[in-house]
Amino acid sequence: MQKLMAIGLKDLRLACRDRAALILMLLAPFALTIGLGVVTGRFTAGGGNRSISEIPVVIVNKDGEQLGNMLVELFTSNDLAALVEPVVLHDVTAARQQVSNDHVAAAVLIPAGFTQSLFSQQQQTVPIEVHTNPGRELTANVVQAIVEEFLSRVYAGSISGQVTTTQLLSSGRVAPEDIERIAREIGIQPGVTASAITVQRVTAGAADILEFDLLTVLAPSVALMFLMYTVSYGARNLLVERTAGTLARLLVTPTSSAQILGGKIFGIFLTGAAQVGMLIAATTLLFGVRWGDPLGVAALVLASTAGATGWGLLLATLVKTPAQAGSIGSALMLIFAILGGGLGFSFPLPDWAQPIAHLTPNRWGIDGFIALGGSGTLAEVMPHIVALLIMGTTLFIVAVLLFRHQGWVSRKT
Amino acid sequence: MPPILEAHNLVKHYGNFAAVKGISFHIDAGEIFSLLGPNGAGKSTTISVLATLLAPTGGEAMIGGHSIIENPTAVRQIIGVVPQEIALYDDLTARENLYFWGQMYGMHGRRLRQRTDEVLAQIGLAEQAIRAVKTFSGGMKRRLNVGVGLLHRPRLVFMDEPTVGLDPQSRRAILDMVHDLHRHGISVLYTTHYMEEAAELADRVGIIDHGKMIALGTQQQLTQQVGRHDTVHLQVGEEPHAVALANALRAIPDVQQVSATGQHVVLVVRSAAETLASVVSKASDVAVKIRAVDIQEPNLEAVFLHLTGRALRD
Repeated sequence: MQKLMAIGLKDLRLACRDRAALILMLLAPFALTIGLGVVTGRFTAGGGNRSISEIPVVIVNKDGEQLGNMLVELFTSNDLAALVEPVVLHDVTAARQQVSNDHVAAAVLIPAGFTQSLFSQQQQTVPIEVHTNPGRELTANVVQAIVEEFLSRVYAGSISGQVTTTQLLSSGRVAPEDIERIAREIGIQPGVTASAITVQRVTAGAADILEFDLLTVLAPSVALMFLMYTVSYGARNLLVERTAGTLARLLVTPTSSAQILGGKIFGIFLTGAAQVGMLIAATTLLFGVRWGDPLGVAALVLASTAGATGWGLLLATLVKTPAQAGSIGSALMLIFAILGGGLGFSFPLPDWAQPIAHLTPNRWGIDGFIALGGSGTLAEVMPHIVALLIMGTTLFIVAVLLFRHQGWVSRKT
Repeated sequence: MPPILEAHNLVKHYGNFAAVKGISFHIDAGEIFSLLGPNGAGKSTTISVLATLLAPTGGEAMIGGHSIIENPTAVRQIIGVVPQEIALYDDLTARENLYFWGQMYGMHGRRLRQRTDEVLAQIGLAEQAIRAVKTFSGGMKRRLNVGVGLLHRPRLVFMDEPTVGLDPQSRRAILDMVHDLHRHGISVLYTTHYMEEAAELADRVGIIDHGKMIALGTQQQLTQQVGRHDTVHLQVGEEPHAVALANALRAIPDVQQVSATGQHVVLVVRSAAETLASVVSKASDVAVKIRAVDIQEPNLEAVFLHLTGRALRD
């Protein structure tokens, strides 16, 4: 164990002496975090947390019937009173102008015939338009989410209603000419009211206002993106040891192959964990980022590093030269960031690609850190931790088998 | 006292290529044994096998009573290896390098720190202990490279061409270190393609060529193989002239062997004093100008030339 730790600590020391690597491991993610924070207004006057509340929204209800009125009632209900500040207008053009003038986050335009289209046998599509303000993307997305939730409830109700009327028709208990009337009655059955359609909110503690700090998303996203650089740097160093002759020298000491490989892996892990740890400390001290439950954060850092280390080891087995490790490692860093949600946002992936995102330590790590930042506990991120540990262990086993097959630390070549 | 190293019929194949073809020799305790041969002869492969870095394809070797096949860990504990390449961490200081490698030999704590200081003094780098290796000159790196091999007080040190690429002063320092090891009773297996190094250092020499040990013994025993012949080195202007001259010199009866390498012609003659006039005359006949002449009494180079028909640096 002593030799294993000595090798790992030696690699950590070498990483700390590599100026170029330090810039990419620490300075670059730190600078990127600051940059993204500036761009997103995190550091504007007021600082601290940005609260999402009293989102200004205009509503134009050209429908005038049951569902259109229910949507207006939803926005003006007490349930959403703290979240949105609705204004009902009658003119679509004026509503759109409000958005263009940056007075509101979005305009919800309910077209005429919206309610009718639900019962129409011709099934005409009458969409609700949510006209969003590009300068207020986050709050506009909240408005859109409310409308989408409403529509999903309506759709669910419509499906159950269609099933019911079809059964009534086929049983002969109602005449075809009575179907439309019955459908409407199903649609307005007690219980299906605006107050029954609620928006699920996540609250911080006892507060009703949703507090949201952009840096709780940006900081872990960037940290995990550059963690992938660190593990690919470790992979590169594995290859450098081989080409520089120090690996051969290690092999002629009374140090086992397992200790040598274990030490190198420990070095990669240690360097990655130290990097993320330092970024967490820096963003906490300098920007007041709340990472959440310390135990959960520590566990998630170690698990994320383990997952990333597995990928770094696999990379080392697949390339031939340190230069290849550097190039492919950089590409991997960017690809994982895109798939897993680096830079603070996720690219919209199609459904079939979602599982691929979960092959990256970025996805699991970012989700976990966001949960912790939102007052989550260690127990809530245990699935993320377990997933990362499984990832790291699986990749470690595959890499070791490949190392042995390639005669990496074998004295038989 | 039994030999510190006994190698029996060592064989090493790389696929279909036989790098080492049945080498046998021994090294006595406290002896400097030199493995002399040209590049590609199999010297480094032999050392790699004996150092347990490579598994032999055939044969066996015992080092300090331990088999390199059955008990390699015990072998590694008693040998020190100075590889041909500089195998150090450039971003660590000299002291940090020594400390790390000492840990790999199971040393730690105060004992390791004291030993590190001793080795730094021994290799003449005590004043540069806290400097990063990347700031060292080639000679300093070579000395540190040697120092790493001595940390754990090995009984047998393998040195694989440790003076390659060094200036004369640095080379001298390395050779003096080897003499120092000898004085302290440490056995050394020293590989080189420089005849003069083997001649200066070795108690016994093994001449290796194409993976085979072609001669083995003390320098006196080896040079007796070529009899009382002198070796004459001629330097000419151009390589084609050397070849032409070598062909012409073969006609001289007293010339035992002749070879041409680059601008040099090496010939073994019964007596340089008696043959030199004929040599100059032949050179004139083929219109080749001789720029320099060097006459040596029987030496290892002559032995190699006698045994292989080639100069050591062919």
